[in-house]
Amino acid sequence: MDEQIKAMRQKIEAAAAAIQDSKEMHQLRKQYLDNKAGQISALMKNMRDLAPEERPAFGKVVNELKTWALEFFTAQDARLKAAELSKKNAAEQIDVTMPASAFKKGALHPNTLIANELIDIFAGMGFTIFEGPEIENDYYNFTALNTPKDHPARDMQDTFYVSPELLLRTQTSAGQIRVMENSKPPIKILSPGKVFRSDDDATHSPMFSQMEGLVVDKGITLCDLQGMLDEFARNVFGEGVRTRLRPSYFPFTEPSVEVDVSCFECGGKGCRLCKDTGWIEVLGAGMVNRKVLENCGIDPDVYTGFAFGMGIERIAMLKYGIPNIKNLFESDVRILSQFHE
Amino acid sequence: MIIPLSWLKEYVDIDVTPQELETRLFDCGFEVETLTEVGHGISGVVVGQVMSLEPIPDTHLHVCQVDCGSHGQFQICCGADNVQAGGKYPVALVGAQVYATARDHVTVEGTMKIKKGKLKGFESHGMLCSGIEIGLNDDLYPGAEYCGLLVLPEDAQIGADIKQITGLDDWLFDISITANRPDCMSVLGIAREVAAALGKPLKMPATDYKTDGTSLDGFKVTVEANDLCPRYQAHYVRNVKIAQSPAWMRRRLALVGIRSISNIVDITNYVLKEIGQPMHAFDLRQLEGNQIVVRRAKQDETIVTLDEKEFKLNPNNLVICDGKKPVALAGIMGGLNSEIKDDTADVVFESAKFLRDNVRKTSRALGQHSDSSQRFEKGVDEYATQLGLKRALHLIEELGCGSVTETCACEAVHADPTAARPLTVSIASVNALLGITVPDDEIIRILTNLDFAPSISGDALSVQIPPYREDIENAPDIAEELIRMYGYDHITPTFLAAASVTNGGRNAAQNAILKLKRTLAAQGLCEAIHYSFYSQKDLDLLRIPADAPQRQAIRLLNPISEDLSIMRTMLAPSMLNAVIRNVRRGNNEGGLFEIAKTYHSAEEHPSEEPEEREALSIALFDGGKLSFFDGKAVLEAVAAAFRLEFTYRKPEDAAKYPFLHPGMSAVVSLEGEEIGWLGMLAHDITDAEVPEHTVFLAELDLTKLRPYLCKPVQFAPLPKYPVEQRDIALLVSDQVICADLEAAMKRACKSLFSVKLFDVYKGKQIAQGKQSLAFSLRFRALEDHALTDKELDQFVAKILKVLAKDFEAEQR
Repeated sequence: MDEQIKAMRQKIEAAAAAIQDSKEMHQLRKQYLDNKAGQISALMKNMRDLAPEERPAFGKVVNELKTWALEFFTAQDARLKAAELSKKNAAEQIDVTMPASAFKKGALHPNTLIANELIDIFAGMGFTIFEGPEIENDYYNFTALNTPKDHPARDMQDTFYVSPELLLRTQTSAGQIRVMENSKPPIKILSPGKVFRSDDDATHSPMFSQMEGLVVDKGITLCDLQGMLDEFARNVFGEGVRTRLRPSYFPFTEPSVEVDVSCFECGGKGCRLCKDTGWIEVLGAGMVNRKVLENCGIDPDVYTGFAFGMGIERIAMLKYGIPNIKNLFESDVRILSQFHE
Repeated sequence: MIIPLSWLKEYVDIDVTPQELETRLFDCGFEVETLTEVGHGISGVVVGQVMSLEPIPDTHLHVCQVDCGSHGQFQICCGADNVQAGGKYPVALVGAQVYATARDHVTVEGTMKIKKGKLKGFESHGMLCSGIEIGLNDDLYPGAEYCGLLVLPEDAQIGADIKQITGLDDWLFDISITANRPDCMSVLGIAREVAAALGKPLKMPATDYKTDGTSLDGFKVTVEANDLCPRYQAHYVRNVKIAQSPAWMRRRLALVGIRSISNIVDITNYVLKEIGQPMHAFDLRQLEGNQIVVRRAKQDETIVTLDEKEFKLNPNNLVICDGKKPVALAGIMGGLNSEIKDDTADVVFESAKFLRDNVRKTSRALGQHSDSSQRFEKGVDEYATQLGLKRALHLIEELGCGSVTETCACEAVHADPTAARPLTVSIASVNALLGITVPDDEIIRILTNLDFAPSISGDALSVQIPPYREDIENAPDIAEELIRMYGYDHITPTFLAAASVTNGGRNAAQNAILKLKRTLAAQGLCEAIHYSFYSQKDLDLLRIPADAPQRQAIRLLNPISEDLSIMRTMLAPSMLNAVIRNVRRGNNEGGLFEIAKTYHSAEEHPSEEPEEREALSIALFDGGKLSFFDGKAVLEAVAAAFRLEFTYRKPEDAAKYPFLHPGMSAVVSLEGEEIGWLGMLAHDITDAEVPEHTVFLAELDLTKLRPYLCKPVQFAPLPKYPVEQRDIALLVSDQVICADLEAAMKRACKSLFSVKLFDVYKGKQIAQGKQSLAFSLRFRALEDHALTDKELDQFVAKILKVLAKDFEAEQR
């Protein structure tokens, strides 16, 4: 009996040793351990032919064989599966330094990126966005902004006309009037958009974009203007960037200021970007002129306000180091695809 | 505006460096664009005395021994004909920089560095210089244009820097003057600001003169158009002797870029620069009728100006006339017929205020500009008009070039141009605007320096506005005067301390546009921005027919060029140009989109504002692999992003899209409304502009699309029973449109909610003119139970029946 068991064990071991495939091993396992047709199960059936007193000993050895076989096949299976897996992995090995699958890289225009950044900064301060028409009335673009027809300030901006009364807006300030005519203070608006001036050279484009800001409420001061612009400068150009106000002139603000930011490239020590002055001119601003408020039906003795306006391309060129304003309008995909959110 | 420091010092004691003065001017609102030393081009040139000289045989050269004082004694070879022993000349030492001249010794050709040299075997340690070589001319320094050495005065100190002796150490401030400060368009005007900024007294130029007691009987001035000329003053000067102006006057004019002509002309120019008042001088003998009339020109009246140009005038132009004819174009230029000549003996000086708008309009309309017209366009004040004339008469006397008569005439709307205007403002309101408190004593100090004669009583600040400050009207103006002199560094940033809290941010539509841009960028497209104007030629590029609505573009009255002359009615031409530009630069593939306005004239009411619509333009291009469906996928991505369903149709009228491939183009609709088009660029345009490439173009009307972009999300419950799918293959004519089949299937069976084409076959296996289309059909379960196979079979059978009837479709 023991011989028979021993022989079966050796046979299993020999057969298994010749197998290198987990499926074949599974077949072998079935051959011995299948509940109905397995050879070990068959041994159990032989028990009937034995004397009753021999039966317990026989049952014990067969069960031992069965236990052994179960463990043996489990181990064999694990061994083969591990080998097969490592073989598969080895076969599937790739060079991870090879390029990624092709994908297309889209981008938003630098103007959009800057406008979004500005909108997000000022939206957080309570500004809503107003977009006015690009073909404007002479009244909204000039007259209501305290720039009547004979005013020399009109020389500051060469204007495209489409009729004697209609023009391509030269400044987003035109939107100020439309807002103030139609809403009561408190007013906090940001007005981005395209503007047009009859100027075309290395540094000027006949079309460019501006972002106008306007605040009208009780008790608004020049100090508030600088406080808000400081916030803008820090957010756009970096922590530590300061603003400087200096006197200027716009017909629709009084006092009017030019606003410089401390050079974010050299920290104010002087470099090529700031032309050794430590400061970079970025926008014009001022306290809203009483006449402009009056023109819009807002009592200038009750309300004051400030307005500021900046060129979006100028900010984009400064921030991204774009050398020529024309780069922004020629749609070269090699340039445009560089700008991501 | 160029202001020489030496001239400025005539009116203010300036005890700061030019660089410090630049800062002070900048701080109070006058940006100095450039600050240059007059002699900035030269260095290392000193006074030298020729101790002895020996001619070099057979040449025009001399070997000179030159004493340069503390710099040493040098041997210098010199070719000038006026070199003499004992003479003092400018010496450019070795290492010096001077101007290089051409062979004519007059034309300046850049600068040069002086090196040790050898001429005919003689060493030369430096160069004796002409006036031209150190940047002088006759006006800056008499005798400087002599074609030889510049002879320096005998008392010139040997070894001293040449700049001090010749005035080359002077500084020029090029100052930009803002439009509200025309009173600063003069040396005196800037001097007033400098005096205020430095807290120094202003020394006014002398304006006194004596008359000779004579007069011209019957001479009169009439201003007919006092709406355009509120003040006209004329003064008769006789016994005029036309001659050269004195050196000091010529020098000052030269420093500000004006060539000396003659004493009388120079005086008018001098007063223009010094006082800011344009003046004119008439030769009295040319004035007929003993009078001057200021009036609007008659229609088609003509005048020939000093520069011998003839102009045809109209009543918008103001002219100065004698008894018969125009003798000057008011404020712009005198007439040739009354020009000052060498033998002029009797002169009428004109000092007037002509309104800036009229001068500007006439000057632009006629294309005739002058220093005078440019000054009038900025606005002249009557204070200067009066002061300027007095100053001119003083200079006549000072220069001794004529005698001032009793004959003067003044026609003015306002009697006294020197009167100050009183203004009282609340100090509290001024401080409230600034957000800081300017101390009362600072207010008094600043406004006193500015000559506003301030006084404070409680909250009331009373000032007397100087007559030349026409820009000052109210409290904010006073606030600006105070802060620019007090210093903007006193402003302490605050953060809307008093303002109401408001809710900010983009509105839904603005957010939708941003999302649209991000969606397109995520599809690999780059956002482009193109000019809002182009030309009819750009529409030609797209073969847009002459009678198409896109041709009805709004035209600019004053375009920069014909290329940028009409407002865009569609974006595609700019987009195609961008593609062409990219391909020509070797960028063989890419995707672009632009969101911009198109402009449409309100034809029936041309005076009303035109309609501005918003459009989305898309372009894809590559070297030939691109298909219509790659482009359509971009539109479908947009539709998916906004939960919309676009439908596509072949255009009913292909002629509307002559720039698209007739078989690969479509119109796109949303909820039954046509919102745009898409398609492959037509072969003829591709071959002509971007051969070997494939271009897809699309354009959507965002104004139509916008209302759908803000559709709120609505939750759809999941079906209770599973969705069932059946695939069918149909054999139909290749003229049958996929969308029609889909629509018919959906009509045939309400439970069918999704139809997806997954295979198309045309070829040998099936008859010619036929195509095989395979669809996946997905059926929604009924309310109360899962679909049974029997029900599904019935659905499919019904669908096939309808398709067979409507499209002669057979199941494969």
